[in-house]
Amino acid sequence: MAQQTPTSNSVKALRARGDQVWARMPKCNAEFFRLTYGALVVQLVEDCDDIKEVNDKLLSMGVSIGTRIIDEFLAKSNQREPCKSFEETCEVVGRVAFKMFLGVEADVRNWNEDKSRCSLVFPENPLNENVELPPGKNFLYSNIICGAIRGALEQILYKVDVYCIKDTLRGDDTNEIGITFVSRLQAEMDDQYKES
Amino acid sequence: MYLQLMIINKSGGLVYNQDLSPQAAQLDSNDWLRIGSTFHSLHEIARSIPPGRSSGIVALETSSFALRCLETITGIKFVLTAERGTQVLEPVLRMVYELYSDYVLKNPFHDLEMPIRCRLFTEHVTELFESFHTTGTNANARHQFFTRLR
Repeated sequence: MAQQTPTSNSVKALRARGDQVWARMPKCNAEFFRLTYGALVVQLVEDCDDIKEVNDKLLSMGVSIGTRIIDEFLAKSNQREPCKSFEETCEVVGRVAFKMFLGVEADVRNWNEDKSRCSLVFPENPLNENVELPPGKNFLYSNIICGAIRGALEQILYKVDVYCIKDTLRGDDTNEIGITFVSRLQAEMDDQYKES
Repeated sequence: MYLQLMIINKSGGLVYNQDLSPQAAQLDSNDWLRIGSTFHSLHEIARSIPPGRSSGIVALETSSFALRCLETITGIKFVLTAERGTQVLEPVLRMVYELYSDYVLKNPFHDLEMPIRCRLFTEHVTELFESFHTTGTNANARHQFFTRLR
């Protein structure tokens, strides 16, 4: 597969598309959004035994969101053709999808040599405002975003690993989410239709 | 005049169909299921016979009606039949896709890949096609429809 480096021009085009589709999206009050998400996380913390379980739960909730949200993205963002490469896919996730659903744009950086791993860097996370985490725990507050990315890419047959690298809530200077390409999935028939 | 709308999931099952006009063929639901999965198979064949990648069946025309198919990147097929000569087909399918993403996927009681039974979706689809039937294939129809929606 030909790998094309996105030029600054295409970044500009993607950013313009992100702004355009963000303008069309119905908005909700940011404080209301933060409060409901915060309440959800607090409830999970009460229901689960340890923080790891909460993180996993957030991830799986994100995956369920992602498998559905991808169609909203495709329907409203003017994405007519599938992306040509994993690199382009990540650019579209960061520039267009992040803007569309979270109102912030994520920069795509830190590509490794064979273009199979990158980070989405976004200084402002709309979920993080007014939040304090209990110290000393490996709490991944925004794990739901990682899950949503994973679920969405699964629907377009990319198997990826998505994980939090930096979070301003834990004292880092910015928010960073890593995406690692694992494999291309195949559309397969269900076991019940296969010849035994 | 639009005749029939079908939605086919990625495994070839018909998950939604709706008559859009009294002229639409009156078939029972089993027949529609059969037509849906047969169309899915033909679409797959059309995709796999040419050298290289093909988009499958996009449009089909007969002496009496035209069919248009929009396959999304995620593999759902939106199929619309209409009387021959009906102008706007593809843009309407994109609007139906938008309605699907808003009223089907955001319904917590809807299971992916399962038949669609969402009242709001049916209502909005009906309204969309009514607005096209009354305003004709006016370019403003889309605008009017979506401003009313928001």
